[in-house]
Amino acid sequence: MMRVAWLVARKDLRIETRSRVLLWQVLPFGVIALILSGLAVGPNDDAMRHAAPGLFYLVILLVVLFMIGRAQAVEAPAGTRTSVTMLGGDPAGIFLGKTLALALELIVTAAVLLAGVVVLLHAPLAGTASAIPSVLLTLGALAAGGTLYGALVAGADVQATLLPIIALPPFAGLLIVGEKSFAAAVAGQSSVKWLLFLSVSLLAYLAVGILLYGVTEES
Amino acid sequence: MATIAELVDVVVTSGGFPVLAGATLELHDHEVTVLTGDNGAGKTSVLRVLAGLSRVTSGRAEVLGVDLMTTDRRVLRRRVGWLGHEGSFYDDLTVKENLTFAAGMADRPVDAIATALDRVGLTSRQNTRTQQLSAGQRRRLGLAWLLIRRPALWLLDEPYASLDARGREFLDDLLRDVVAAGAGVVVSSHDPLGHERFATRTVEMAGGRVLKDQSA
Amino acid sequence: MKTLLQRTLGPLTAVTLALTVWLGIWVTPPDKVQGDLARMLYIHPALAWVALYVSFGTVVVASALYLWPRTRSLTVDRVAEAALEVSIVFIALTLITGSLWGRPAWGVWWVWDARLTSTAIMGVLELGIIALRRANLDPDIRARRSAVLALVSALNVIIIHFSVTWWQTLHQSASVLAPGGKLEVHGSMLWTMLLSFVAFTLLFSWLTRERYRLSVRRAGRTSDVLQAALAQRQAEGVPR
Repeated sequence: MMRVAWLVARKDLRIETRSRVLLWQVLPFGVIALILSGLAVGPNDDAMRHAAPGLFYLVILLVVLFMIGRAQAVEAPAGTRTSVTMLGGDPAGIFLGKTLALALELIVTAAVLLAGVVVLLHAPLAGTASAIPSVLLTLGALAAGGTLYGALVAGADVQATLLPIIALPPFAGLLIVGEKSFAAAVAGQSSVKWLLFLSVSLLAYLAVGILLYGVTEES
Repeated sequence: MATIAELVDVVVTSGGFPVLAGATLELHDHEVTVLTGDNGAGKTSVLRVLAGLSRVTSGRAEVLGVDLMTTDRRVLRRRVGWLGHEGSFYDDLTVKENLTFAAGMADRPVDAIATALDRVGLTSRQNTRTQQLSAGQRRRLGLAWLLIRRPALWLLDEPYASLDARGREFLDDLLRDVVAAGAGVVVSSHDPLGHERFATRTVEMAGGRVLKDQSA
Repeated sequence: MKTLLQRTLGPLTAVTLALTVWLGIWVTPPDKVQGDLARMLYIHPALAWVALYVSFGTVVVASALYLWPRTRSLTVDRVAEAALEVSIVFIALTLITGSLWGRPAWGVWWVWDARLTSTAIMGVLELGIIALRRANLDPDIRARRSAVLALVSALNVIIIHFSVTWWQTLHQSASVLAPGGKLEVHGSMLWTMLLSFVAFTLLFSWLTRERYRLSVRRAGRTSDVLQAALAQRQAEGVPR
């Protein structure tokens, strides 16, 4: 399982490095979305600072949908899908590999967006930095869940519109807790219970993905 | 010659439409079987059943000892070789990277890649991205993978399409070697020239069923 | 031949519902604090119980059975589909009745507390499963993927169950049993509320059964269509 996971992660990251979709499309989209969020809140420093954690996660959510679609698009051409299916790779390993690659891409994106949150939305630097553990856990859970949800809609004729419908509701739960933990970190409060919840969510998504990803692949 | 696959009254549906409507066919090792017929006759559908890519709705299907009605089709996929008429693997990876990835996934030796590339004539293009290859070269990439894999059953869907005369000759030679080594080969083609040269058997299909089954 | 249960389920549902309505509106006294508003106690908690636990529990169990090769069958998939659609109806009714109670009690139609938010998310999540079931996929793939999605969604039900005690919330705390095990509702109000749980559970069972029978009838028609398509397909191969 781990050997396959490593192969798949390396393959996905290599393709991403070559295509540069993250660099030239996803990151600019994220920054634009953050700027628009600031405009929507209005030129009020206190309001922006207060809304910053939520706006950060709202943009991350949109970016995640983008990137899940991209991860599926790489596997989508009929010839690619068939030839990879015929390899008979361990589905659990494929799930872990794609999750790892997506998580790393999300971390790069989040790093840029966190800088944007500090600069554009005036979130305090120290508080934002102390939110990093919760951000990493949230991104991990989003990556695991996103990989699973992406597989559930793969091959459907309405994939692009179906993905948000099935992924956003459960992601909303993650984002509520992510926002609370980010806000708690910024305010210097304890966020242990949120970190615990995020850890459990991450482990739950990983467990379900490892157990059931193979079912989604059947064709 | 041993029987390596048996389909009895196989029905396969796709979106409610019966792509195979009771196909019956037996395949053997050391044999090249060519499936012929018009577009929509069911040639590709038979190949997909043999590859474990399509679910059998009813009937009996056993391929390389795997009962497709009761066993996870993934088990069969690891044992057969597939060459579709679309491309193979990932456009953004090079020829060598694709084969290295595939070998790793299928737990095959990486040092077989160089030999396979040489056999199919892609050594000079091993660091070329797949999207930059011609259709014929992509076909060779798929064949290189099959050479590394060495399956007992080769399934090739319209392999002669997009091949020039030299390419066809190369493919014929390769398949002769493969069959001599003991594998079974099934080729789908509506090219009348393609199969007369070396086919052991010609199976004509129409309406999702086998119409005629002639040994050479 | 219908079994005794099948014959009596409908009438039993009607009787228990009627009894609940009669007791809830005319027999039980008004609450000393909330007055007649407390009569929502005989509808809302039962709806929520069925929506979040009984109906979705049925979906989850049926989905798990479908994913297990030994118990995989069309019957089980149809039960999951039927229970899912009924569950959405019950979630919608839960949120509506909650709003109707919340407006006079809290002063607003909606608040973003954990229980309400999680319930709303649960409803949208179930709509997502239905959207997946409507996608143009092979029936077996569609059934498997819907089953996977249902199991993943089950995590959300756990969040809802614990949300009242985990987070500070405006929502009513546990209505029947407080965390210490002390009964919060008494006398005829308690019995009426418990009867409402039985009545709405029977209603769910009846609705699910009817929806299941509709699926079976539709499948029968699909099978006839397939037979006709098979004959037509085979005729393509007959030489003229």
